[in-house]
Amino acid sequence: MPRHDANQLAKSSPVQAWLINHLRTLISSLGTMTRQPASSLMTIAVIAIALALPSGLFVMLNNASHVSIGWDNSAQISVFLKPDISEKQANKLMQKLNLYEDIESVSLIHKDDALKEFMKISGFGDALESLGDNPLPHVLTIQPRVDSTRPDKVRYLLKQLNQLKQVELAQLDLQWVKRLFAMLEIAQKGIWVIASLLGIAVLLVVGNTIRLDIQNRRSEIEVTKLIGGTNAFIRRPFLYTGLWYGISGGLLAWLLTAISMALLDDSVAHLASLYNSGFQLRGLSLNETLGLIGFSCLLGLGGSWIAVGRHLSEIEPS
Amino acid sequence: MIHFDNVSKRYPGGHEALSNVSFHLPRGEMAYLTGHSGAGKSTLLKLVALIERPSRGNLVLDGVNLSNVSNSKVPYIRRNIGIIFQNHHLLYDRTVFDNVALPLVIAGFQHREIGKRVRAALDQVGLLKKEKADPITLSGGEQQRVGIARAIVHKPGLLLADEPTGNLDPELSKEIMELFARFNQVGVTVLIASHDLDLIKQMGNPVISLNNGLLTHNSLKQEAADATA
Repeated sequence: MPRHDANQLAKSSPVQAWLINHLRTLISSLGTMTRQPASSLMTIAVIAIALALPSGLFVMLNNASHVSIGWDNSAQISVFLKPDISEKQANKLMQKLNLYEDIESVSLIHKDDALKEFMKISGFGDALESLGDNPLPHVLTIQPRVDSTRPDKVRYLLKQLNQLKQVELAQLDLQWVKRLFAMLEIAQKGIWVIASLLGIAVLLVVGNTIRLDIQNRRSEIEVTKLIGGTNAFIRRPFLYTGLWYGISGGLLAWLLTAISMALLDDSVAHLASLYNSGFQLRGLSLNETLGLIGFSCLLGLGGSWIAVGRHLSEIEPS
Repeated sequence: MIHFDNVSKRYPGGHEALSNVSFHLPRGEMAYLTGHSGAGKSTLLKLVALIERPSRGNLVLDGVNLSNVSNSKVPYIRRNIGIIFQNHHLLYDRTVFDNVALPLVIAGFQHREIGKRVRAALDQVGLLKKEKADPITLSGGEQQRVGIARAIVHKPGLLLADEPTGNLDPELSKEIMELFARFNQVGVTVLIASHDLDLIKQMGNPVISLNNGLLTHNSLKQEAADATA
């Protein structure tokens, strides 16, 4: 029939039509949201707050682990050299260790100095004097490079030092570092639990918003079905609306986190200066920001998917 | 075009709206469906538009047996049908233009083509100047004509109308019916449910009458029906 041929010619190719439809829906769903700015903004704000909370905690935790690494003196390694190592040999070893990548600085405690100090502190001065010979070895104190962010790297350095033939024993009080990291790990898991719960909350908020949206547009859905709109066509604007909620919620969450960081920055800098530290708050990195927004998009899309799946099939023209 | 073969429709609860209805509406024909309210007119149109499915019997539309059509195919069949409702079913959150454009948007027409066709359809129903108006600001007759423009904009092969003049005065009703006759003249098959017997008599098209779900009168030429079966 000529009628049909004319229709075919005017129609875009299937792929083109599909693309046009998607683009059109992407923009029109944004338009629908902006036509009800108050309710859209409220939904977006709820999503943003729910996501800003865990990401704020995440940033705090990140900073806490940076601070813990910054506590310079605590991660010192004491290397006790063998008793027969002379001062010259000790100096030579010190120069060699200075070239190590994982070592920030090395200093030598001469065994005579160590003895003097020990006599002064311990009060065993006379007893030690009667020994005649100095029983203490030379000691090298090593400052590991602080940007090695994990304790296992320090442990590897310790192992290397222990294998040196001039060394009797190299030791590091790793216990407190281990405890700190264990605590940080608990905090990290806690944040994941909070993030998961709030993520579910976002899913439900978006799902409920879309459900209301579907109910409000019931007649539009009915008419569209009567005119020959496929389920995919009818589903699409709601899914895109969910996606927009996700994107805007994610962006606002990032903004809230950044503002909170900016508000805290001065106080933290002041506190750091009291500790003579150049510590600065770090915000979300680019990757973390993209992760946050991506996660938010997924939640928005997921929430609307749930609502659409449950409620769209209930609406049939009658 | 439409072939009813002993079709019955029983709703959940036991009410039989149609009983053993058989008739044949050939392609390019225009016919009226009459009967008092509750006689089964709307049910019959709903069966053709796949809003309801027959309980028994065969209903063939354009060579397709509607009893066996899967739900995913329904939209594509509906795209070749223009449906006009008594209460217009317009969407009041958008302009007249956007209402009429909906079938073309669904079918994936290009933007420029949509503009052209929507204006052509609005011109045919005499509402070209109202394209930017909100439907709510139009009179009942104008709203009905927007509904008709939407039903014909994608050039379907079949037009179904359920009491299209139900709320209109006689003069407007006649205009609307003449509009349908014009579409019929260019080859569209038209089936109109109406209880306005005077008007139907004036138009002079074949009539199918229903009473309590039974076919009581059929003035369609049966030999023509057999030829296109």
